[in-house]
Amino acid sequence: MSGDAILTLANVESAYGPVKAIRGVSLSVPAGSIVTVLGANGAGKSTILRTISGIIDPQKGFISFEGQPIQGLDPGQIVRRGISHVPEGREVFPLLSVHDNLMMGAYTRSDRDAVAADLETVYGYFPILRERARQEAGQLSGGQQQMLAISRALMSRPKLMLLDEPSLGLSPRLTQEIFAIVTRINRERGTTMLLVEQNAALALEVAHYGYVLEVGRIVMEDTCERLREKEDIQEFYLGMKDAGVRGERRWKKKKTWR
Amino acid sequence: MQLTQLLVSGLSQGCIYGLIALGFVLIYKATETVNFAQGELMMLGAFAGLFGTVYLGLPFWAAFVGAVGVTALLGVLTERLVLRPILGQPAFAIVMVTLGLGYVGRGLITMIPEVGTETNALPTPFKDEVVKLGGLVIGMEHVVVIAVTVLLCALLYGVFRFTRTGIAMQAASQNQLAAWYMGIPVQRLNGLIWGISAAVAAVAGVLLAPITFVHANMGFIGLKAFPAAVVGGFGSLPGAIVGGLVIGVVESLSGFYLPEGFKDVAAYVVVLVMLVVKPNGLFGENLRKKV
Ligand SMILES: Nc1ncnc2c1ncn2[C@@H]1O[C@H](COP(=O)(O)OP(=O)(O)OP(=O)(O)O)[C@@H](O)[C@H]1O
Ligand SMILES: [Mg+2]
Repeated sequence: MSGDAILTLANVESAYGPVKAIRGVSLSVPAGSIVTVLGANGAGKSTILRTISGIIDPQKGFISFEGQPIQGLDPGQIVRRGISHVPEGREVFPLLSVHDNLMMGAYTRSDRDAVAADLETVYGYFPILRERARQEAGQLSGGQQQMLAISRALMSRPKLMLLDEPSLGLSPRLTQEIFAIVTRINRERGTTMLLVEQNAALALEVAHYGYVLEVGRIVMEDTCERLREKEDIQEFYLGMKDAGVRGERRWKKKKTWR
Repeated sequence: MQLTQLLVSGLSQGCIYGLIALGFVLIYKATETVNFAQGELMMLGAFAGLFGTVYLGLPFWAAFVGAVGVTALLGVLTERLVLRPILGQPAFAIVMVTLGLGYVGRGLITMIPEVGTETNALPTPFKDEVVKLGGLVIGMEHVVVIAVTVLLCALLYGVFRFTRTGIAMQAASQNQLAAWYMGIPVQRLNGLIWGISAAVAAVAGVLLAPITFVHANMGFIGLKAFPAAVVGGFGSLPGAIVGGLVIGVVESLSGFYLPEGFKDVAAYVVVLVMLVVKPNGLFGENLRKKV
């Protein structure tokens, strides 16, 4: 399924100093689709996203976006090519106003009129942000900050969005609301999404295709429909979804826990 | 009247402290290291002004602008050539490097024959002029210091509050990682911050020159500007200016009303009091800063 892939990773390895975080990851993301990466804490999901957006340079492997190699480019160039990142933990600019946070999302753009139009569009998706436009982002609730982080990423008018655990710390209702918008953006604008989620049930519901990552390696991939049917997935990701275990849990070990 | 006179000269001296403190704080906010060569940048700015007026024969204000520009360029180059290569080293190592840069700056100036080791007068168009306000007689050089400081602060406020680059500088100092994610060229902006800090220091240098003369050791005034930054709550730009004003005024008053010697320690006494009473400084932010 790499024929119409907008993003391809081939044998990508990244490390933090001596710590290897991903070891030979290959995956591809078809244009217009939502692809999810599932994996336990510390599996390397965020590292994959950081490597794509140029925050970390891969030690080995190739990353191509729209047929062009992008590994080793700096984050600014990658944003300009059309990839934007909604980081884990939201990472808003706490003392800037909501409006200024959004404008920072458009930092790499110079088409002022289009930026203004996009601002209106994201305010349309999340009306609460318009109400709070003048307020400091640090004063928003966690859910509102997540909406801001997503909107800020939209402001660069991305072709591909990298979403790192958008449901982190949010109530189920708010999570539903945010995912509804994410799927709507995917449908209406054709924005491709690469989604990392703790909430596997939800991720498998909204995504079309999924990869399972274990200690830095892809161990399984399939359409989300089929992944949902698999026993391992049901047992380790879907069955555990409300246990909310955080910490060192690994694929193999978990079998013995049950 | 006496008191008012003292207040005015204290305020103008405080503006100088405040401007240098502003340089400390700007660089600290952007890079989380302290540039101890800030005083020397001011000194170099003053020498650049001296060079412009005395040796190139430029009018004062032209020399002023030229000196600020040259010093700003020096700041940008320092960041690019000296500090960027050692990025990621421990903070104390970087601070040591800036201290070393200060020594280098002073050393280079003293190598200039005749001028370098002298105290030089910088000619100004407003020498000996005074402003009379009611019964108050204020030296023009003090008025100029205060007026230019006010203008400069307004300019900086405008830049940081309203321009895209200024807002991006704020963003990068609040959450550097997120700034990278947005494609903000953090490193280039840090270079620009060094340029702005150096420019502000040069403004202070050229303004101070008519009051105290230009000499290689005038940068030691940085040792009093540093407390000003602490009083303001290291990390706050308005705090740096206000801290400078507080120290300037206290110094001026204690120089007159207290026995000799108190003037020189006034700045440190103010810091001690501040650290006991309000450890975060006047404008200290309680918000935790992210990486
Ligand atoms: N900044 C860092 N410095 C050093 N090691 C890191 C850093 N960030 C992550 N790691 C290590 O890299 C590995 C993968 O981390 P990563 O953040 O990609 O995991 P993750 O799958 O996103 O986990 P989580 O679900 O908890 O977010 C882990 O072993 C982690 O300890
Ligand atoms: Mg993660």
